[in-house]
Amino acid sequence: MKMTRRAFLEKTSKGLVAAAFVPYFLRLSPAKALAGPIASQVKLDDFMNHFGVDEKIINEVMSVALSKGGDYCDLYFQHSIDNYIGLEDKAVNRAYTDVGFGVGIRVLKGDQTGYSFTEEITPGAMKLAAQTAASIADSGALIKPQELKLKETPAFYPIETPWEEVGIDKKVPYLQQINEKVFAEDKRIIKSNIWFINGTSYIMVANSLGRIACDYQPMGQIAVSCTAEQNGQREQNYFDLSGRHGIEFFTPANIDKLAKESVRRTVMLFDAIKPEAGEMEVILAAGSSGILLHEAIGHGMEADFNRKNISIFSDKIDKPVAEKFVSIVDDGTNPNLRGSINVDDEGNDTEKTYLVENGTLKSYLHDYISSRFYKVKPTGNGRRESFRHVPQPRMRNTYMEAGPHKKDEIIASVKKGLYAEAFTNGEVFIGAGDFTFYVKSGYLIEDGKITKPVKDVNIIGNGPQVLKDIVMVGDDLQMSEGGWTCGKNGQGVPVSMGLPTVKVKKITVGGLNTAKS
Amino acid sequence: MNNKERLELAEWAIGTAIKSGADEASAVIYNTRDVEIEYRDKKLETMKESGRNYLSLQIYTGHRYSGHSTNDIRKPSLEKFIQEAVKGTGYLTQDEFRSLPEKKYYPGNTDADLGLVDPSYEKVDSSQRKKIASQIEEVARSQSGQIISATAGYNDSYYEFVRVHSNGFKGEGAGTYFSAGASVTVKDENGGRPEDWFYASSRFFKELPSPEMLGKNAAQRALKKIGQKKIESGIYEMLVENRASGRLLSMLAEPMSARALQQKSSFLDGMLEKQIASDKLTVIDDPLMPGGMGSRLFDDEGIAAKKRFMIEKGVLRNYYVDNYYGRKIQMEPTSGSSSNLIFEYGTKSLEDLIRDQKRALLVNGFIGGNSNSTTGDFSFGIVGFLIENGEIVKPVNEMNVSGNAKDFWKNLVAMGNDPYPYGSWKTPSMVFTGVNFSGL
Repeated sequence: MKMTRRAFLEKTSKGLVAAAFVPYFLRLSPAKALAGPIASQVKLDDFMNHFGVDEKIINEVMSVALSKGGDYCDLYFQHSIDNYIGLEDKAVNRAYTDVGFGVGIRVLKGDQTGYSFTEEITPGAMKLAAQTAASIADSGALIKPQELKLKETPAFYPIETPWEEVGIDKKVPYLQQINEKVFAEDKRIIKSNIWFINGTSYIMVANSLGRIACDYQPMGQIAVSCTAEQNGQREQNYFDLSGRHGIEFFTPANIDKLAKESVRRTVMLFDAIKPEAGEMEVILAAGSSGILLHEAIGHGMEADFNRKNISIFSDKIDKPVAEKFVSIVDDGTNPNLRGSINVDDEGNDTEKTYLVENGTLKSYLHDYISSRFYKVKPTGNGRRESFRHVPQPRMRNTYMEAGPHKKDEIIASVKKGLYAEAFTNGEVFIGAGDFTFYVKSGYLIEDGKITKPVKDVNIIGNGPQVLKDIVMVGDDLQMSEGGWTCGKNGQGVPVSMGLPTVKVKKITVGGLNTAKS
Repeated sequence: MNNKERLELAEWAIGTAIKSGADEASAVIYNTRDVEIEYRDKKLETMKESGRNYLSLQIYTGHRYSGHSTNDIRKPSLEKFIQEAVKGTGYLTQDEFRSLPEKKYYPGNTDADLGLVDPSYEKVDSSQRKKIASQIEEVARSQSGQIISATAGYNDSYYEFVRVHSNGFKGEGAGTYFSAGASVTVKDENGGRPEDWFYASSRFFKELPSPEMLGKNAAQRALKKIGQKKIESGIYEMLVENRASGRLLSMLAEPMSARALQQKSSFLDGMLEKQIASDKLTVIDDPLMPGGMGSRLFDDEGIAAKKRFMIEKGVLRNYYVDNYYGRKIQMEPTSGSSSNLIFEYGTKSLEDLIRDQKRALLVNGFIGGNSNSTTGDFSFGIVGFLIENGEIVKPVNEMNVSGNAKDFWKNLVAMGNDPYPYGSWKTPSMVFTGVNFSGL
């Protein structure tokens, strides 16, 4: 984190609430951003001041939380600021801000959870919420909260300029520029929608085991959607770039890419067809195709589902599940990726976790509850949407490591199949293993060559079966820079994914039966 | 805070916005209290109880527009928040279509009672909630030795809000929601652990079905999935159960919006008063239904709620037109969003419809998939059953249904007599002919 201590203090020194609720996107940019030293200079004290608490208050609240016999508790303080500005019909004519501020209090008794939150960070309001959460247990206090010790965290998403210093006037030109490029790119474009989203979340999490950690979590995204028309036919498509970045990520090259790629993806659809219905060979393009892993295996490896014995992977640890050249990881440490975290939302260390190593199923993704249940170290996957939500095991950046094959030989090996390139969404049934992902656009492969474009097909398969059917893995791993949000039990968290070019020998593709009937 | 105090605060917020330089403003202050209980393996798994507040504010200054929300509604912080918000709005581009709705669209009477609050809400206590969840879990778990896990849930909520616009609108509302049910996972000897769920919801506590009914249904649905497999690709008749058919209908919602029309991303552009579905499809938007899950006197722009035919015997009668895009395409606002949807129902139950099929797929759930509002293309994953000679013969899964909405809805051949009782969209079971499935 390259944020300056001075900038941070400037924000917090105005007094907690007044400073906290200024919608900073609306401010004009400061004439000159403060030159910034390093992350370690933002101290725990700054976070304590920001939330208006100290160790004594936290200890008191925890004592109330544990007063009915809970065996663990944690407090999650958060201040989030999300900004959105949008261009439509050539004008930046809308802006939205959302500010959230509060503390979530969780009490555990074994694997049972009591939870409450308050939007008012005062000792009184926190103790009231702690009492509510405490009632998951029903005896007298059995343990005391331990003395807090700061857990130093790494810095996986350094940014040059904190979003607090980027005013709306600085963001507007990006959208205007992209819009001009989009219309210049192809005469058939009739509409473009472009939006710029940025978010900042300050978190501080303390638990009764004596650990306290804090983090500054930035997020930036620009997304472009365009509609084109040709001979009365209209088509629409989308491209975006996102990550834990500052505004410096939106370089001229990335601005260009946003315009060019969104237009290319749209106009290619004029010639797109629907493939034949049924099972076929599918090649997943390097990058966002990592959605396959997210749905086919990632969710099924979240330890809560396995603790409850309801995942199709519940009995497969240490068993071979794929070819030897298949290794799949979930990683919180990739620089500036959307799913990276310096510390998880329970205050635990993040890491790179192998789900599958050389074809063998290795580890679930754990939060604190499941790590206690399985008697293993937490893997740093305890995440939550906000202070209003309980943490759960969640993915971070899920990808497959590079394999032995070349992209060209993979494509050349397919007689008749689909090359899947752009995706919108996916879903999985954890127990049955059915999973899907929606291919917004791609191509047919005929006799080893990429031919006609294809649009709007859903792909459906079975997780463990598809892992076995991965027969080739390219050496060209690419991470997705799309704005993915993963949903689970009503909570959304930012994630990313990645894949080298991969061939699946057989999977069901949604299409038409014209050839057969 | 009660609604009277919220009204005063909302008026103060709007006054502050105007004083800070806004031409117009609207404000909503909302409060909700939620309780969620989960039971699993005879134990309380999760208990969550909280209240939340927020204020959302729309600002119009010189036909520039921005929207803001915050959960800190104390006056000193709000004042600063509003001043900055108004100032910053000035950096956006002027847009002649940005202003509050005209007064004539506001409701004349905002005091009517739609019966959305269950007076017994206050009497439901935490031991009762836990008891309901534990009973559902017990019933579900006891249905079969093949059950691996059952998780039962109960939740309720109470909300209150006020809405004030600077050009003369003032409205308020309150309501309750209750929901309960379970999800169940079962063992399948062929590998896999099929799961299904049964949840019910209502505005009224006493309308929740019994724990026996909820637990039993959830378990039975999961048990029927044992042995599920994909079958050959092909063109089949498709029967869609009432609780799933809303997913199909949702592919019409976005293309019916004024935004999609104005942005040229609707395949229903130019189709007003034209046939877009078979004459079996009649969709009525009825916001004034007493006690309805989606009932309201005014929508989220203050526009008076009115019962409307959206689709009548397959003919598109209305779009969902909000204030801003309505001005842009010169259409009268209807509402930007659906409320309760009711349908012209058929005469047959789901069982009768199954009996009518020679060979068909009964779809009782969708997984993933999407639809394209610009072209009408769609493709969804499904689970369900194969029907042969009027009987369910086996469970199927891992298949896709694909097509284009423009043709698909013309192939709607029958509607069931079974409106889905637990949502604002009262969809019946539906039968379609000539549907493309992909499987083996």
